[in-house]
Amino acid sequence: MEPLIIAGREFSSRLFTGTGKFSSASMMEEALLASGTELVTVALKRVDMHNKSDDMLLHVSHPHIHLLPNTSGVRTAAEAVYAAQLAREALETNWIKLEIHPDPRYLMPDPVETLQAAAALVKLGFVVLPYIHADPVLCKRLEEAGVAAVMPLGSPIGSNKGLRTADFLEIIISQSNVPVIVDAGIGAPSHAAQAMEMGAAAVLVNTAIAVAKDPVRMAAAFKTAVTAGRMAYEAGLPAINSKAVATSPLVAFLNE
Amino acid sequence: MTFKSIFEQHNWEEVKAGIYGKTAADVEQALHNPRRTLEDFAALISPAAAAYLEPMAALSHELTLQRFGNTMQLYIPMYLSNECQNICTYCGFSLDNKIKRKTLSHAEIMMETAAIKEMGYDHVLLVTGEAHQLVGVDYFKNVLQLLRPHFANISMEVQPMDEADYAALIPLGLHAVLVYQETYHQEDYKKHHPKGRKSSFDYRLETPDRLGRAGIHKMGLGVLIGLEDWRTDSFFTAMHLQYLEKRYWQTKYSISFPRLRPFSGGLAPKVVMDDRELVQLICAYRLLNQEIELSISTREKEVFRDNIIRLGITTMSAGSRTNPGGYTVDRQSLEQFEISDERSAAAIAAMLKRSGYEPVWKDWDKVFS
Repeated sequence: MEPLIIAGREFSSRLFTGTGKFSSASMMEEALLASGTELVTVALKRVDMHNKSDDMLLHVSHPHIHLLPNTSGVRTAAEAVYAAQLAREALETNWIKLEIHPDPRYLMPDPVETLQAAAALVKLGFVVLPYIHADPVLCKRLEEAGVAAVMPLGSPIGSNKGLRTADFLEIIISQSNVPVIVDAGIGAPSHAAQAMEMGAAAVLVNTAIAVAKDPVRMAAAFKTAVTAGRMAYEAGLPAINSKAVATSPLVAFLNE
Repeated sequence: MTFKSIFEQHNWEEVKAGIYGKTAADVEQALHNPRRTLEDFAALISPAAAAYLEPMAALSHELTLQRFGNTMQLYIPMYLSNECQNICTYCGFSLDNKIKRKTLSHAEIMMETAAIKEMGYDHVLLVTGEAHQLVGVDYFKNVLQLLRPHFANISMEVQPMDEADYAALIPLGLHAVLVYQETYHQEDYKKHHPKGRKSSFDYRLETPDRLGRAGIHKMGLGVLIGLEDWRTDSFFTAMHLQYLEKRYWQTKYSISFPRLRPFSGGLAPKVVMDDRELVQLICAYRLLNQEIELSISTREKEVFRDNIIRLGITTMSAGSRTNPGGYTVDRQSLEQFEISDERSAAAIAAMLKRSGYEPVWKDWDKVFS
């Protein structure tokens, strides 16, 4: 499998994971290890950034796991920039998952504030991965602003509904010059495989693993699905034939 | 426009009759609807839904798990003052209740803070009576400035204030405000609040609008269960919630279910809500709204709290004291109401872990506005 490269960093796993909703920090750690993930996002609001023995931070601390702090909770570009700077200072990483959702009910990302914050953070030297709607134009605008990847949603976050935005994801993937990571809404390994077959660079999964009856086995299932989906994409999926080939070809007259 | 204009289009008795007129067929329809309306909610809180408690609980559990995961948020109240200029028939701090009055000084607040932090808390709820001279906006400004460095998240349950006051407190670290209407029954409201600023039903009713306009992050709604018919009161609360969610879409909402508890010299509840009914109400809220935070306090008994965590609740308090200085300064001063679950925060955290839930002590950060 081709490795994924984001901002010069190589990932052999294309499954990114979240850290919320697990029944305990040790369960989360076990699931993350079973998933093979190398990029794990952590909400700044959930951790004590200045406490080296923070329970969650301790349980994600492994040499192969790269930490991706996220700004969940902020409502404006200014707040996001401030939070990112604090995260860089405290967690010693310039990577940031930019999440600005002023709507606390459906956690819908704000495209206006996100674009503004992305541009500011890129200028400040951050590796910016913005969480956004599956909006092809917004993705191009973010790419021009210098983000390292785009993270469009598959369906509302936590909904487990799968790739309801598939038509737009296809457009985004076809025209993107930066990796496209499908974030939010992936509720089953088959959804993850579908995103990978479509050509997504990676997927980010949280709820589906965290709230499964057996999160560790579910994490392993996602690992397999992401690998299978990516292999299929690289192998070149055959075209889907919806009807049989006509027995009397329409252009046969050209041979006569 | 405020909620008042919508509220005034409804008549208490008609709403009540509507709820009590719901049938088993209405309940089944409500259970099957993927997106539930206020009328579905009425069916789910009706007497007809009592027979559907198990399927309601199963749905509530599933919806809560999907949204909130295997987690439970923990907070603790800090009572700052029991000074009060209101007469409320059901409250231990009522003006006509002859108790020793106490307002914590800064030094005392810091002592209480140290005790609370020691228990593991990072989210605090500040509670007072209503005494504008002693415990007004300036007092709150000072307290927020004092406490902000020490807590990730600060909420208040104090007297309703003007929009400008909220707007001044929010940048200082005020995250959430809990303001319960007590009852939406206008005449009964007046009977229970005969004196003081709280006697204005309208000012209280419009408080969430003022909070929304001021841009508060979160507000908590509810009624004091026991004053009036809880089904009708809950229907109005849900109506209020739906109005607020559409209007102040950047604000998060929570619902609490305080059942009237005894206090020294207090009022006996007019309406008693039993445990089955409280479970029914909690599940009905979850079925109406998958995203709403549902909170349960130490007013409820141990066994009930241990079991309710699977049925829709997302937020709990533990180890609470309901008197100013109750953690360290003056443990014996008179409490607002008697708590039922006296277990420590550590004991509740251990109970949650045994039940497969991660206690969440911190889910905000003081760096956020």
